[in-house]
Amino acid sequence: MFYREAGDYKKTYAEDNQTFPLKLDRYGYYVILAVAFGIVPLVINDYWASAVLIPFLIWSIAALGLNILVGYCGQLSLGTGGFMAVGAYSSYKLMTSFPDLNIFFIVLISGVITAAVGVVFGLPSLRIKGFYLAVATLAAQFFLVWLFNKVEWFYNYSASGQISAPTRTVAGFEVTGATASPEAKYLFCLVLAVLLAWFARNLTRGRIGRSWMAIRDMDIAAEIIGVNPLKTKLMAFAVSSFLIGVSGSLFFAVYLGAVEVGEAFGIQKSFLVLFMIIIGGLGSILGSFIGAAFLVLMPVLLKNIMVGQLGFPIDIAAHFELLIIGFLIMLTLVLEPHGIAQLWRVTKQKLRLWPFPH
Amino acid sequence: MKLTKIAAYAVAAAMVASPVMADLVFPSLSYRTGPYAANGTPVADGFADYFTLLNARDGGIGGVMTNVIECETGYSTEKGVECYEATKGEGALIYEPLSTGITYQLIPRATADDIPILTTGYGRTSAANGDVFSHIFNFPANYWNGASVAINHLLDLNDGDISGKSVALVYHNSAYGKEPITTLEVLAEMHGFDLTLLPVDHPGQEQKSQWLQIRRERPDYVLMWGWGVMNQVAIQEAANIRYPMENFIGIWWSGSENDVIPAGMDADGYKALTFHAVGTDFPVFDDLQTYVVDAGLAAGTGEHVGTVLYNRGMYGAMLAAEAVKVAQEIHGVADITSGMMRDGLENLVISDETMAAIGFQGFAPNFTVTCENHGGPGLGGVAQWNAADQTWSIISDYSQSDMSVIQPLIDADSAAYAAENGIESQCN
Repeated sequence: MFYREAGDYKKTYAEDNQTFPLKLDRYGYYVILAVAFGIVPLVINDYWASAVLIPFLIWSIAALGLNILVGYCGQLSLGTGGFMAVGAYSSYKLMTSFPDLNIFFIVLISGVITAAVGVVFGLPSLRIKGFYLAVATLAAQFFLVWLFNKVEWFYNYSASGQISAPTRTVAGFEVTGATASPEAKYLFCLVLAVLLAWFARNLTRGRIGRSWMAIRDMDIAAEIIGVNPLKTKLMAFAVSSFLIGVSGSLFFAVYLGAVEVGEAFGIQKSFLVLFMIIIGGLGSILGSFIGAAFLVLMPVLLKNIMVGQLGFPIDIAAHFELLIIGFLIMLTLVLEPHGIAQLWRVTKQKLRLWPFPH
Repeated sequence: MKLTKIAAYAVAAAMVASPVMADLVFPSLSYRTGPYAANGTPVADGFADYFTLLNARDGGIGGVMTNVIECETGYSTEKGVECYEATKGEGALIYEPLSTGITYQLIPRATADDIPILTTGYGRTSAANGDVFSHIFNFPANYWNGASVAINHLLDLNDGDISGKSVALVYHNSAYGKEPITTLEVLAEMHGFDLTLLPVDHPGQEQKSQWLQIRRERPDYVLMWGWGVMNQVAIQEAANIRYPMENFIGIWWSGSENDVIPAGMDADGYKALTFHAVGTDFPVFDDLQTYVVDAGLAAGTGEHVGTVLYNRGMYGAMLAAEAVKVAQEIHGVADITSGMMRDGLENLVISDETMAAIGFQGFAPNFTVTCENHGGPGLGGVAQWNAADQTWSIISDYSQSDMSVIQPLIDADSAAYAAENGIESQCN
């Protein structure tokens, strides 16, 4: 009754083209932003920041990146973990080589470096697609992890191969290192996540996004109507790797503070992000956030319920956690093969018609 | 059937959740699941059982009950961070994460939060320099001591001359496995042996190519820095290529019953380093049997009592408990804080008297911790597996490692850390 276009007059083209054409959606979006920026920092503590919100935001950025490549451009990639490692190690090298450079720019430059690496590993996509491309990007995953393990320059010749993030500040507030406050770390990640989501959303609904989708839906037809596959595919790899690189950089510098490549950026991370976008919804910005929430927050929630509330022995809880998550993944995919974002789309469609379904 | 189980859990939950007033909290970041569970479980059991024993027999430490909070990490650093954040607010006195990766995460965090970390035989080796690492303790021995003790053992076997011999290092390709490489390289130059490095990737089930290379090159000795399933696979592979087991030496984390039993009789003669005794031949185990196992309070299934890793978990718990006693004495408070606990660790003295008083005589060498030296003496022995009796026996006494090689490495690495993070000397 309330959720519809009727009565919501648009007077300019800009208004007509906005991301959230419905008033209710728009206000919902503003409320979420207001809560995230205004209220959460006031109540956040170390546990919520380090175990829940920061990983959620960082994985959301990674899922956004992969969603651009897989969901919008149709190029299957299993190299996410490796590209995150590129972001992490470039920020480590930048942080230790240029101590005065602001961490905000370090994160963005790490993204750019990752984008360059992503373009190189995206070259095979011009000749192969589908599962074969997945295998080619899998090679990127293994090669990059091996590289960061093997070449000592990347970890400044430390005995153990661990890289640790020194303390860096943004406008006087520490955002990396052990003494950084949870509020600062959270807000730093939040600003980047919102900026990048806004960037990705607008990119995907413009000319570039349409050419990606054209390539995804039928590459030969796209080529015939004048979409340059070389430029388009490599652009998708670049933008996707940029986002993944930023998330890898944040993962290392803000979230964990110390990583070793094999454990932190192994093949399981590539699969994790791929599962996020499949569950959340391919080709959907909202889906990236939902998928990240599902796979990052659900285990923490289940653990706290089973161990904290019900008092299960921890090993039994850990096994149950896997069971329940696996079951929920299957349930979601059986009931809604297009991901949870599709469920939201269907709900919106129904709401517009309610209470007269026909 | 199902309902009774649920009811049993509910009762267990109610018992666990009952609030304990003013207690000493020891978080246990354990891993009873995943590829490292076979080794993580006995350590966690030993750690928990010793505190259960203290509660049941002595009524806690200095009259204050102890409380072990377990948190499952699955050996994952991300879960480790979550566990740390979840437990530190409960009044955690000390962390023993049993993972080099998680230790690296926690070094800056715990130092900022004023909570000490004790890493017995693992973690960041250069943390032995207490002048830089104020809250990190890695006594009684570290990886570099281990590397040196292993080479000393080879020197003993060869009348002090191993020049021209070849030694291969099979290691877990992570911070943990890479730790000994620098020391071994320095020692290789000093004693003139050839060192071959053979990394094995996590989790370590796939080692065919590494052992093919060993089969082809036939190094005189093989050293191993492995953990979890990697150990079992390596020992099995060594048996498959008929590598002489007495020339195969593992670090103390590659020398538990779980690692050698799967290979059966083929594992006979395999050697591993150790920094404490094995078996149950100590008075404390009688009390453990009476107060914990017979009373049905044992953690897990209770089947690991007396195994190498169970003893190590218990040893870690014992050191923490002794440090609590020292802290209580220094500060004159029974219910100590984590900051006091740090002082306790830094002034810890393990002597024959302290060991005898708690039923541990002869369990491990004596040592004294000082502000500068958080690493202990670095003594290590060599144990050998007897597959017929299914027992480990210590074949060489605890011996001194080559500190003239190790100390400069520790100083250099900790100085680099201090410079990178702007840490000032804390011992004056």
